[in-house]
Amino acid sequence: MTGDMILLGLAGVIEAGAPIVIAAIGETLTERAGVINLSLNGTIILSGMVGFWAALETGSIALGFLAGMVVGAFVAAIVAFSSITLKQSQVAVGFVLAVMCKDLAYFLGNPIMGAQAPILYAAPVPFLSEIPIIGTLIFKQSIMTYISIILIIFAWFWVSKTRQGLILRGVGEKPAAAFNRGTNVVSTRYLYTIIGGALVGAAGPFYTLSVKAGWKGTITGLDGIGWIVLALTIFGGWEPFRVAFGAYFFAFLQWLGLVLQSTLIFIPSQVLQVAPFPLMILALLLVNLGNTDWVERFLATLPEKSRTRVKKLIRATRSQPPAALGTPFERD
Amino acid sequence: MNPANKRTLSIVFQLGGLVLAILFVTLILLLTGANPLDVFKNLIVGAFGSTNRVASILVVWVPLTLVTCGLLVTFTTGLWNIGIEGQITIGAIFSTGIIRIFMDTSVSPILVIILSVIAGIAGGAIWAVLVGLLKTYGGVNEIFGGLGLNFIATALNIGLIFGAWSREGVASMSGTQPFPEVYWLPNFRSYNFSWVSIAISVIGIVIIFLLLTGTHFGLRLKAVGKGMKSAHRLGIPPKKHMLLAFLICGCFAGLTGALQVVGVYHRLIPSISSGYGFLGLMVAMLISYKAIWIAPIAFFFAALNIGGIQLPIVLQLDSTLSGVLQGSLVLFILLMQGVKQRVLGKS
Repeated sequence: MTGDMILLGLAGVIEAGAPIVIAAIGETLTERAGVINLSLNGTIILSGMVGFWAALETGSIALGFLAGMVVGAFVAAIVAFSSITLKQSQVAVGFVLAVMCKDLAYFLGNPIMGAQAPILYAAPVPFLSEIPIIGTLIFKQSIMTYISIILIIFAWFWVSKTRQGLILRGVGEKPAAAFNRGTNVVSTRYLYTIIGGALVGAAGPFYTLSVKAGWKGTITGLDGIGWIVLALTIFGGWEPFRVAFGAYFFAFLQWLGLVLQSTLIFIPSQVLQVAPFPLMILALLLVNLGNTDWVERFLATLPEKSRTRVKKLIRATRSQPPAALGTPFERD
Repeated sequence: MNPANKRTLSIVFQLGGLVLAILFVTLILLLTGANPLDVFKNLIVGAFGSTNRVASILVVWVPLTLVTCGLLVTFTTGLWNIGIEGQITIGAIFSTGIIRIFMDTSVSPILVIILSVIAGIAGGAIWAVLVGLLKTYGGVNEIFGGLGLNFIATALNIGLIFGAWSREGVASMSGTQPFPEVYWLPNFRSYNFSWVSIAISVIGIVIIFLLLTGTHFGLRLKAVGKGMKSAHRLGIPPKKHMLLAFLICGCFAGLTGALQVVGVYHRLIPSISSGYGFLGLMVAMLISYKAIWIAPIAFFFAALNIGGIQLPIVLQLDSTLSGVLQGSLVLFILLMQGVKQRVLGKS
């Protein structure tokens, strides 16, 4: 394998990771507000189908993405309504939607299976794409991939550097305190759930119009991605940069699986394709171990010096969810 | 408001959910240009049109009932066992493994089948306890631990079908080499379901019903499910009970996988769990985790599955409509439950 091939492969990783980045940033914003939208797996498939259909009918890729985002926002609104207004279990409603939207996509998308919709091609940035290595890696992508990269930086800036971000974090961490300071907890949660849902809904058309172009019903290859995005949000500790890193790392491992397939023919390709999952569990274990009580107890038995060292290590890896994640807000 | 009135209102809201779900599906059908009445008629005829069809419903009813039985235990303990799909798969793998080991030996086939089912139960239990351990001692939420293990179980299954256990000549999506007929569960007359599986499912329902409503252990699980801190104060160790809940649910899931292998497919196939795990989660939600409703609602969902099969042939509609109908039922009944609580106030 030559250097050029590796470089192209890595550029492919950035592309393959881009829809996951967009969806995971969306879910991160939602969960930062204290709401879990578990419907992602269904939302991505349904928005992918609807976006594909919209692009097919109108010939406009932009309208395809818009349609997907509307679907995502709508599904998220159902989650918000049932959990925030009706105070039902977010997990239950999200799970049902995850299963139902998937079936709905396959049912409604039956007539357009195998149709040819427009495809979003790469749009190299003038001059910048000439830079060695980085040009090929980043600046010869599609416009949505550029947007995904900008989105990471924007989300980080929004959450940690702006007043709006402060309000968002407050609503997710201590809703009662945020309410006392005059924040409208309910509308903030609705807002970020719907915005997050719209971003997740952009990931669907990103696949069907670009990364895995086409709608082929159950073999479109979108099933499972939503669950990965949810795991990545946790793995990323609700921090945009870490979430994005997780998404790229996942795409990288899948690419590695494909590359190794030709050299390791004795392993069925389906096995290599899921190689990231055991690693994902290990990673989740790593970031969560620091939160368990037996680890804390174990740390207490260590001598002072090594304890601080281990603690530092744990603090570096662990991620803590927004304190009010998944709990309804009761004004009293 | 007196209790009788409250119960009536509760039923009214549930019926409201049912009506909304049917309206929603009707709307979807109108969108696709299909005649809703035609579709609903076809669903019913497709499910009950002949004795063979009803037998097919029972084939689906068995796994759906068994997974729902297991899931009621985890739900009671406040746990979301999304890993159930993987637990079914691992059960099926273990069960197939035992039959493959003893297939060409002189061990009595009946003994082999029994061993194979026990191995399946053990396999499901191991996979479930793994989720439990990740949750209780690793701090990994059971939803994500379970999902990850689902993917791994699927990979293991496909890896075996295309690798170590592949058919001679070509490995294919149709699964491993079918077992000789002596290792099949006996069918009921000429129908494709086994009375043994039906009997096991009925026993499963009774066990779960008694366990959850009539034992002290069931009460303790409920206490853990209501909130860990209070359970802890009452002297109930939450971790131990969570692990036990996963263990029991895993046994049921593994049993389901084993019965799919020895009773239905007589081999290992790629989609051995057939999505019954997720469907079981929906059934459990729909019946508000009450064991008494497992049998009828699982039967209803199974009938929808079978009724949907002929939709593509007769009306050129995708059979996933059954899933849409099942999903919207659960969704709208959940929503109506919320509306009811909002209207009546909590309690």
